[in-house]
Amino acid sequence: MRNLSARVRGAPDRLLRDVSLSVAPGEVRGLVGESGAGKSMIGKAVLGILPRAVEVLSGEILLEGTDLLRLAPADRRRRIGATCALIPQDPLTALNPSRRIGPQMTDRLVDILGWSRTKAQGRARDLLAEVQITDPDRVLRQYPHELSGGMRQRVLIAAAFAAEPKLIVADEPTTALDVTVQKEVLRLIADMQARHGTALLFVTHDLGVVSKVCQSLTVLYGGLVVEDAALRDFFPAPAHPYARALLAATPKYTDPDTSLVPVPQEVLDGVQAQVVAADRGWRDG
Amino acid sequence: MADGRGQVRRRLGLRLWLSAGWLTLLLLAAVLAPWISPKDPLAQDLFLARLPPFWMDGTEPGYWLGTDSLGRDVLSRILHGARVAMTVALVAGTLTCVIGATLGLLAGFLRGWVDMVISRLTDIWMAFPPVLFSILLIAVIGPGLGAIILAIVVIDWTRFARVVRAEAMAQGAMDYVASAQVAGRGRTGTMLVEVLPNVLPLIVVLLTLEMGIAVIVEAILSFVNLSISTDDPTWGGMIAEGRTSVHQAWWVLVFPLITLFLTVLSFSQLGEGLKDRFDPVLR
Repeated sequence: MRNLSARVRGAPDRLLRDVSLSVAPGEVRGLVGESGAGKSMIGKAVLGILPRAVEVLSGEILLEGTDLLRLAPADRRRRIGATCALIPQDPLTALNPSRRIGPQMTDRLVDILGWSRTKAQGRARDLLAEVQITDPDRVLRQYPHELSGGMRQRVLIAAAFAAEPKLIVADEPTTALDVTVQKEVLRLIADMQARHGTALLFVTHDLGVVSKVCQSLTVLYGGLVVEDAALRDFFPAPAHPYARALLAATPKYTDPDTSLVPVPQEVLDGVQAQVVAADRGWRDG
Repeated sequence: MADGRGQVRRRLGLRLWLSAGWLTLLLLAAVLAPWISPKDPLAQDLFLARLPPFWMDGTEPGYWLGTDSLGRDVLSRILHGARVAMTVALVAGTLTCVIGATLGLLAGFLRGWVDMVISRLTDIWMAFPPVLFSILLIAVIGPGLGAIILAIVVIDWTRFARVVRAEAMAQGAMDYVASAQVAGRGRTGTMLVEVLPNVLPLIVVLLTLEMGIAVIVEAILSFVNLSISTDDPTWGGMIAEGRTSVHQAWWVLVFPLITLFLTVLSFSQLGEGLKDRFDPVLR
């Protein structure tokens, strides 16, 4: 993704300010930022599901060399359907309650890749087994409400890998789960990613999670990239003061008595000034 | 499943079966009225005027629910009245539902200018006083079965449009809709395969409510003599006639009233029952 800018239609300020980031094949990149920093917006832009009110002002989204934004909507849809997938945030609303699991998992294989129903069904069964669901055949025939939240999240992970996509966007996949399930789901995503060699864009606000699953990360503030680093460079010493403060604000499990450290005001002022400067450059340009 | 949902469903089933039973009975009555009616619903006989129902004194055999002030058989008239009521309920209810739900679904799912146009139209439409509107409409096109149906459809589609739009919007914001779009499903496909089935339980409930409302509207219109020609028996017409002689012959008023009441109640209960039965989440 290169120099992507977007805004709410008609609004004076941009939501995404010249965001550039890339995910290499097989890489897991964390996308971190506080609420409203635009992390989910980036994920949605990549997948072509931006809300209608948001317009892309400039920039390009390159997928294996093709600019998705230049494709006709139907082509883009087909292209994204064949090469990208989403692991959504809330497993409770991410499955259609009135359809069985099987068809929901295999839609893409049949519609976009032209597989036969039987072959797709077999593939779905294998994937469910891969995410440690014990009775895949039964689950394929069930409705979402018959499964627990953790089960549904596993189904969604399996479904995301169904078409062997090049890129998966995981939009805070553990936020809606309770802590005990979180860890298991994280491990599952990491395992699946490693086994299938898929590039993964991991959207989260949890640096702890990033440190466990990602190889590199991008820190976002106000729609502006403030840090872009490999994980091994970032954790000892983040380059940007905001990223440093963010890291300091992460509660430490080793020392539960320390109170939460807010991001210091001067750091916020500094990064805000950077945003303003970027906007000035944009308006003048 | 071992969590008691089974028992809940069984208890709610009674309501479904009672209302469905009554409506089936009525439907049969409507279809078979010419053959099962004990008397000619239009035959007047002033010598047999105001005969009481069968359990009271001074009855004449064959006139189970008595006669009205012109000596017409109340039971036969109720059975024939069911024809008008059921036709209006089914045809007007379905048409209203199809038109309103389609517009609501389009507005709620597509949003943008489609939503703008449909929503503003709904707003303006709902600003008309409905009763006045229907009376005006019938005054213009003239009374008759078609006019009643048209009046109901023209007035009540907004109810569907409003509610279905809101629900389609709520469903459209769900993650599964986003997932489906990422998986390459087009807009029309998403609307029909992902959103519509989840709005359907609501549409069914609205449809049955609407059928009840249609029966009432028809009764109101025939009560004020704006329904089909006065010769054809309708429940509303019977209630209007019965009202004038309620002190001498209460049965002329009460029996069609009870029938009307049970019918409207059955329609709404049918909707609730079906919802409990077919909503995948409650099931």
